[in-house]
Amino acid sequence: MTVMPAARPASVAAPLNADFPTPAVAVRGVNKVYGPAGNQVLALRDISLAVAPGEFVCLVGASGCGKSTLLNIVAGLDRPAGGEVQIVGRRAMLFQEAGLFPWLTAAANVELALRLAGRPAAERRTEAERLLRTVRLDGFADKRPHELSGGMRQRVALARAFAQSADILFMDEPFGSLDAMTRDLLHDELEALWADRGFSVLFVTHDVREAVRLGDRVLVLTSRPGSVAAEFAVDIPRPRRVGDPRETGLVAAITDRLRREVRGHAED
Amino acid sequence: MPRTDRAVTDLELAGIDALDMPISARQRVAWRLWRATWPLALAAVVVIAAWQLVVLSGWRPPWALPGPLPVAERLVEDLANGAILAAAVTTLGRIAVGFALALLIGTLIGLAIVRWRVLRAAVASLITGLQTMPSIAWFPLAILLFGLTEQAILFVVVLGAAPSVANGVISGVDNVPRLLLRAGRMLGARGLNAYRFVILPAALPSFIGGLKQAWAFAWRSLMAGELLVIIASQPSLGVRLQLSRELNDAEGLLASMLVILVIGIVVDAALFGNAERAIRRRWGLLEAI
Repeated sequence: MTVMPAARPASVAAPLNADFPTPAVAVRGVNKVYGPAGNQVLALRDISLAVAPGEFVCLVGASGCGKSTLLNIVAGLDRPAGGEVQIVGRRAMLFQEAGLFPWLTAAANVELALRLAGRPAAERRTEAERLLRTVRLDGFADKRPHELSGGMRQRVALARAFAQSADILFMDEPFGSLDAMTRDLLHDELEALWADRGFSVLFVTHDVREAVRLGDRVLVLTSRPGSVAAEFAVDIPRPRRVGDPRETGLVAAITDRLRREVRGHAED
Repeated sequence: MPRTDRAVTDLELAGIDALDMPISARQRVAWRLWRATWPLALAAVVVIAAWQLVVLSGWRPPWALPGPLPVAERLVEDLANGAILAAAVTTLGRIAVGFALALLIGTLIGLAIVRWRVLRAAVASLITGLQTMPSIAWFPLAILLFGLTEQAILFVVVLGAAPSVANGVISGVDNVPRLLLRAGRMLGARGLNAYRFVILPAALPSFIGGLKQAWAFAWRSLMAGELLVIIASQPSLGVRLQLSRELNDAEGLLASMLVILVIGIVVDAALFGNAERAIRRRWGLLEAI
């Protein structure tokens, strides 16, 4: 089942020995089942993957393939039925909706993250303002979430993740509900911040273009049960721009792989 | 990464932000006040007119059902000589103590129920049952237990109001959006911290709703109590109602009833209504009115 058309050495199911650097995220043989005993549905089957420190890995799959479930398991919000997850470093997560606390201002949301991370009270306010500046939201510190646009809310969420000094960022379709233009801009922004700060990213999306735009590697998940079907390396130099001709071929190849996967289900 | 690219992105981001910001509809205070009050004033005029029409129809003699004007005159008189004020002070003192106790007990019970699952199975439906029980039905027992005393009244007021407070806590905690819980967990808010920083603030709107309902229950229970448990040395609004009826003093009766009505409305609107609106505005659940 596991096909690896990419030229890059397979880090999928790669043995974790001394020849490889310790990955930031290592997932080995993770399974997930749903439903009552006797009537169980296998949601994830034997998933293994690794994210190297500072690497940007995208997971694409059709709807219902369990990619969000997988991300929740890796992030520690859900339990696997079997297998193991290893995380090295502090983690943070961005959801499709920003998940900001509506009773707090943008700055207070970031400050709460600092507080829960154990940062002393005296430095929280200035640190929150500095973090908001890094996501280009200076001047919006005292706005409440509902006074901000969807894209701005996601950037506050990003600042909140930085407040946790996250080494690994889990992103669950964070730009899925934004309009195309805002999304393009946030891709540029995220890429710049990632290049700057050097955290690792595991990014779930159903949008192949987005995966190719952002990822160092793109993993394709099968559906029902979800398992890693293919891996593509994205060897396009950064910073990438929208409409890079090198993207087109890769997007077509991945889309084609996904479609074959979806077609398979029609014949079941 | 070339600096120019970043600068262009910044400009574009700032532009999108400027275009994307929700437009807040702030209005002048006078206009807001007018918009809030004119329907109220109109409704009051309609009700008073209807009252006057019923009186004019001669359905009941004026000594049983006086018109709005004599009642208004009587109200002014009773307010001026301080009789109503003294009664209202007693009544408001009781409601303050009763409501504070109900708030404390209801909150503690609500928190205990959301914290311990077993307790919920055992007590949650009991609380709803308690809420549907008319509080006046408690008075005979309260009088047996405490005699014709302040404690009897307090007992029933707390019983009437505490379940609403507890229900407000429970439904508030139950309905915290899953996303916020997950976001809180990812921030490291677990155990007590999850309650302190995520669950309780998120439950606040529902809690205020519970307080609002509790106020209505407490106020009704208190009025029933003051009619049934008459303490001779304590002139209260309830006592005034009872006395007016015994003396066939319909004008005084209606004047006292108006005071009771107004207190109920004012506390509801000024205290709980305002708190509710302030929170809804903060959360962005309400366009600025």
